[in-house]
Amino acid sequence: MQGTIDTSNAAIQAEHGAGTHGGHHGDHPDHRIFGIIMFLVAESMIFLGLFAAYLTFRSVTPDWPPEGTPEMELLLPGVNTIILISSSFVMNRGNAAIKKNDVKGLRFWFGLTALMGAVFLVGQLYEYFHTGFGLADNIFTSTFYVLTGFHGLHVTFGLLLILAVLWKSLKAGHYSSESHFGPEAAELYWHFVDVVWIVLFTILYLF
Amino acid sequence: MAQVTEPETDNLGETLAVEAGGHTPWREYFSFSTDHKVIGIQYLVCTFIFYLIGGALATAVRTELATPDSDFVSRELYNGLFTIHATVMIFLWIVPAGTGAFGNYLIPLMIGARDMAFPRLNAIAFWLIPPGGILLLSSFFVGAAGAGWTSYPPLSTTGEKAGEFIWILSVLILGTSSILGGINFLTTILKMRMPGMGLNDMPLFCWAMLAASALILISTPVLAGALILLAFDLIAGTAFFNPMGGGDPVVYQHMFWFYSHPAVYIMILPIFGMISDILPVHARKPIFGYQAIAYSSMAISFLGLIVWAHHMFTSGTPGWLRMFFMVATMIIAVPTGIKVFSWLATVWGGKIRLNSAMLFGLGFVSMFVIGGLSGIMIASVPFDIHVHDTYFIVAHLHYVLFGGSVFGLYAGIYHWFPKMTGRMMNEFLGKLHFVLTFIGFNLCFLPMHYLGLQGMPRRVAEYDPKFATVNLICTVGSYILAVSTFPLIINAVWSWIGGAKASGNPWDALTMEWQTASPPPVENFIGEPVRLTGPYDYGMGDRNSGIPMPESQANTPMLSGGPTVS
Repeated sequence: MQGTIDTSNAAIQAEHGAGTHGGHHGDHPDHRIFGIIMFLVAESMIFLGLFAAYLTFRSVTPDWPPEGTPEMELLLPGVNTIILISSSFVMNRGNAAIKKNDVKGLRFWFGLTALMGAVFLVGQLYEYFHTGFGLADNIFTSTFYVLTGFHGLHVTFGLLLILAVLWKSLKAGHYSSESHFGPEAAELYWHFVDVVWIVLFTILYLF
Repeated sequence: MAQVTEPETDNLGETLAVEAGGHTPWREYFSFSTDHKVIGIQYLVCTFIFYLIGGALATAVRTELATPDSDFVSRELYNGLFTIHATVMIFLWIVPAGTGAFGNYLIPLMIGARDMAFPRLNAIAFWLIPPGGILLLSSFFVGAAGAGWTSYPPLSTTGEKAGEFIWILSVLILGTSSILGGINFLTTILKMRMPGMGLNDMPLFCWAMLAASALILISTPVLAGALILLAFDLIAGTAFFNPMGGGDPVVYQHMFWFYSHPAVYIMILPIFGMISDILPVHARKPIFGYQAIAYSSMAISFLGLIVWAHHMFTSGTPGWLRMFFMVATMIIAVPTGIKVFSWLATVWGGKIRLNSAMLFGLGFVSMFVIGGLSGIMIASVPFDIHVHDTYFIVAHLHYVLFGGSVFGLYAGIYHWFPKMTGRMMNEFLGKLHFVLTFIGFNLCFLPMHYLGLQGMPRRVAEYDPKFATVNLICTVGSYILAVSTFPLIINAVWSWIGGAKASGNPWDALTMEWQTASPPPVENFIGEPVRLTGPYDYGMGDRNSGIPMPESQANTPMLSGGPTVS
């Protein structure tokens, strides 16, 4: 046991640097990013549960989607998917900018991401009004609305995060190459929302 | 063990005893405090109040069952009583008390941190509990949820809809609180340990909380998913769990148990950790098999996630799948057994102090073993089919959750009360509490094994008159159990106000939380915390590391001879 402790001692010394005392500060950015990742693990488990339920309903129902369900349009959600996925790359540019202390770049790329997210949401709403089926029509339509709706809720929340970053950056000039936890957290969340959408789109529309 | 700083004087006790204690003004406990110690006590007191409410509901349930007829309450109210009793006990007492109360109070102290990683998030997690609990209890006014705490559809979707919806909402709120807590614990344990403290130097409670938090993080959201779908079924006319509309009620059961099976480990793992910390202190011996206990927590955590369908052997699960879940469930007995035997080996030959904390600790081990053994019985498919939904299950789960979790929580209260309040508890009242609890508990729940084997179903207000005598015995036991809480309440209130002053380290313990004043000052440690020994190096000081031990235990002979009780 002695050996383990000595190694971990050395590791901790290396991690915090000699003489510094890194173990106590709750606002340490590393901790906060770690917390965000833990939060996203929990979030993905909700989606995993819902996906598993969807796949089970699908596997026990002989004809899927059940008879009488109108044909799904692929064009609009397809375009929407492309917009959402590209927005992740756009957002990444924003974070790259702030790491070089380019505040204007951060604002530009994050603003563009917010716009793309908003377009996605409007597209989703438009789709809801034109699907031709209701929430409680059958098991497929129910899962369709609950899954896409729950994801839409997350996009909305992600959008609010981005807007909060923009607002803070404009009002208080909050971010710099030294301190950019906010944009980083928003980006992690946005990537997560994206990845969930890719799975969702695949199992709901394509597969 | 690792030595971070040389002690300044030869007398370690003096170096460590920091005089300035941190007495918190009472108003602080009703505020949005971000101090983990305040939040821990807020959790403890708040959940204990809910425990008393849940206990009152249980006493009402047992009163109804004192006679074979339904004469005390109506059948509908009876359904509400046991449903809310179970929900309160699980979501408002054992889970938040084990993780929220003790986790919050102890983890930063044990790892030498100033606070939790996210203090404000911590406060939010706590302040979700009271509204969630009040919401749950308010369902009695609109016709309480009566589908059992499992809330299986179609029972839950055809009964009292308002009560059921309130049940769903409150469980979602409490689940959110739990998840936020879990994120905080994981970050704190993995990222905030004092310099020089590796994972293998942590007290075992931290390991247990690590395992429990991982479970919370992975399983609780799935319950949220299930409840969201159930809520849609309830109020929006969807048919996720209704075969008439193409849905499948078994999907709910899978999602529900994917959380609720791990939930029993979320309840018991922190208790395992607390017992692993309490037994060595009061037996004055190093813990036996530190790493075995630590890693078995992680093993239990993993295995706990893959055995949920053993609650569903009678739900039409195919034979080959039942086989898998049966074997996987039985395998959990291995890491659990490792813990139990390690505890026994720790106590064996120790210089045991039979105080209240130790009595409850030993009571925990013995009662939990009974619950664990009946658990292995139920894990086998043929036996489970025989006793499914009978009182055998009720007996088993109460041996695990009361004889296990609640005994452990009691042990924790007696053990850490001096640290939390700066006062010692009264030992006479503590022992009276233990005797009453032990007698009441066994009188109430041991006969239920017999009732179940004879075929008395659970969740019914009326039963065959041939079970009358045994049920009466159980009811008497439940009354004793209800009375048993009074010595604890009197003791806690009395001692907090006027108990004997406790020193920083009244038990001569070695874990970090005892190396500061009682109660600890606002930021836990004056100056940099210094770790001088491993958490369990009782009587090993000179032999192993040359580090001086507190004087009181320097001459305690260890590790030889049979059991000696002093």
